[in-house]
Amino acid sequence: MTKLADITHKIRSKNSGPFWITIDIFCTDAAEFERALIAADSGRVAHALGISVSDLKRYDLPDVRVVKFSFPRPIVQGTRFDRDMHGASFANLIAELDVTP
Amino acid sequence: MDKTVTTKILIPSGALGLGYDRDALMRGISLEPDLIAIDGGSTDSGPHYLGTGTSKYSRSSIKSEWRELMQARAMANVPLVIGTAGTCGADDAVDWLLDITKEIATETDQKVTVAVLKSGQPTDRVINALDQGRITPLEPVIDINHSVLQSCTNIVALAGAEQIQAALNTGADIVIAGRATDTATIAALPLARGCHAGGTWHGAKIGECGALATTNPSSGTIMITFDADGFTVEPMGQNARATPYTVSAHMLYENSNPLQLYEPGGHLDVRGATYTALDDRRVRVTGSAWVPSDTYTVKLEGARCGGYQCVSLALIREARYVENIETWTEAVEQNCRQKAQERIEGDFTLELRIIGLNATLGAQDMNAQIGTEVGVLGIVTAPSEMVAKEVAKTLNPYLLHMPLTDDEEMPTFAFPFSPNEMNRGEIYEFCLNHVMELDDPMQAFSLTIEQVRA
Repeated sequence: MTKLADITHKIRSKNSGPFWITIDIFCTDAAEFERALIAADSGRVAHALGISVSDLKRYDLPDVRVVKFSFPRPIVQGTRFDRDMHGASFANLIAELDVTP
Repeated sequence: MDKTVTTKILIPSGALGLGYDRDALMRGISLEPDLIAIDGGSTDSGPHYLGTGTSKYSRSSIKSEWRELMQARAMANVPLVIGTAGTCGADDAVDWLLDITKEIATETDQKVTVAVLKSGQPTDRVINALDQGRITPLEPVIDINHSVLQSCTNIVALAGAEQIQAALNTGADIVIAGRATDTATIAALPLARGCHAGGTWHGAKIGECGALATTNPSSGTIMITFDADGFTVEPMGQNARATPYTVSAHMLYENSNPLQLYEPGGHLDVRGATYTALDDRRVRVTGSAWVPSDTYTVKLEGARCGGYQCVSLALIREARYVENIETWTEAVEQNCRQKAQERIEGDFTLELRIIGLNATLGAQDMNAQIGTEVGVLGIVTAPSEMVAKEVAKTLNPYLLHMPLTDDEEMPTFAFPFSPNEMNRGEIYEFCLNHVMELDDPMQAFSLTIEQVRA
C-alpha cells in the first residue's frame, strides 16, 4: 500500500481559529506536486475527514508546491467532545490515505 | 525606495513566553529598530483563557521575558508594543500584565509611560449592535441571540492597526494592548508613516510568528523592514536564513485562506506578490495588495461556560481486556450511565476514550491499532460541579473492577491516583464567530495612560 505521506514531503494540520482546521501537504518538487494534485482527490480527502466535500476548501499552490485544505471543525475547539485542542492530528488521516496507483 | 518612510520593526519571538535567542535579540537592538512588537496570545490553546481572562504561560516566564524586553526597549529607546496580552487579551489579562510591568519597573528602576488599550466589550454594547444589525456572522455561521451574549464571561473585539496607532500617538514607551489581530502591532507604525499598505500587512503576517518564517524557527527574533514599495525580511539568529520559500510558505500557517487575510478595514491579497532573495539570508517582497472595505468592522470573540467536568483514568494491561477493550468500554459506559441516571438528578454526558487505540481521532481513525496497554479516559460533563463529580464517582467501581462476562472473577485495573476523579472545574466554549461594524475605530476600545515609575 502507498500512503499519501510516502509520496509527499510533509503533511501538517493546525487550527485556523476556533472554528477551522487547515491541512498543508508539502511537496519537494514539481513532479511530486503534480502527483499530489491527483492523489489528494478532494472527495477522498473529505471522506477521510468525515466531512462533506462541499465543506472542504481547496487551494492548489504551485509556487510553494503545496496542496492546502481548510474546513470547518467537525467539533468546535475546546467544546466537551473535542479531542484535539490544536487540530494537530487531522493531518494523520490525510497522511495515511491509501493512494496506491 | 523612499528612505523617509522606511520603518524597521523588531519581533523578538512568535509570542511572549515562548522564549528566544538572546544574541539574536541583541543583534536586532544593535540595528536600531523603530519599534519592538510582540504577540501575547491567541485562541489556539482553547477557550479556557478567554473564559477566565487568564494567561496560558506562567507568571514567572512572562515576567522573565518581559523584563528582558523592557530592558531591550530602554536600550533602543523606542516603543515596545504587545498585542493580545495575557494569552486572551481580556481586560483582566491586560491588568495582569500591567501589574507585572509595574513590578519590573520598580525592580529595575525604570520610569516608563504605558498606554493601556483594552478590547473587552460590555455585553450591552454587543447586544445593541446585534439589535441594530451591526453584527455579521462569519463562516461557519453560529447562531447568537441576547441570551448567548449574556452568558459570555468575556467578549473581546480584535483591535487593528488604527487602535494601536492611537496608543502609539500618546507617545507611550510601552503599549499593552488587549485582544488585537496578530499583525496589528507590527503594521501600525509602518502604516502611520506611509509605507506600502499591502506590503505592510503582508510583512506583518510574515513577522508575527517571529523566526517561524525562516530556516531556524527557534531562534525567535526577526526584523521586518517596511518601505514605500514592500518589505524585507531579515532573521536575527546567527544560523537562521529567510528564503523566498520560507517566506512565501508562511502565508499557509494557521490561515484557512493562504491568499487573503482579513483585517479591520480591509483585506490583504498576496496573489501578486513576488519574493526575491537579496542574499542567502534576506528576502524582499513586493506586489502585495491591500483592498480597503466599505465598512470598518472588528472581529469578536466570546467564551462562556460549557458545564463542569470531572475526569478519571484507568490503565489496562491485562491481555484479554486489552484485546476486548472496545466491548468492555462500551459495557462500562452503558452500565455507568444507567446507574447514574437512576441515582443522580441532573443532566450529564459521559464519554470514554480509549487512549492507545483511537482517543485522538475517534471513529474517523481507520488505521487504529492496539498495543499491550491502553488507558481508558472517562469524561463526565454536567451543568454543575456536584453532578459531574457524582457521576465520575459512580464510574469509579466500573473502571476499577468490571468483568468482561458475568461468570468470571472480578478483575482490578491500575488507577494512577487517589482519588481517581480529577475535577476540571468549569469548561468554556467559544460562542462568537462574528464581526461588529464600528463608526469609529476607537468606539469599542478604551485607551488610558499610566505613568509607571520605580
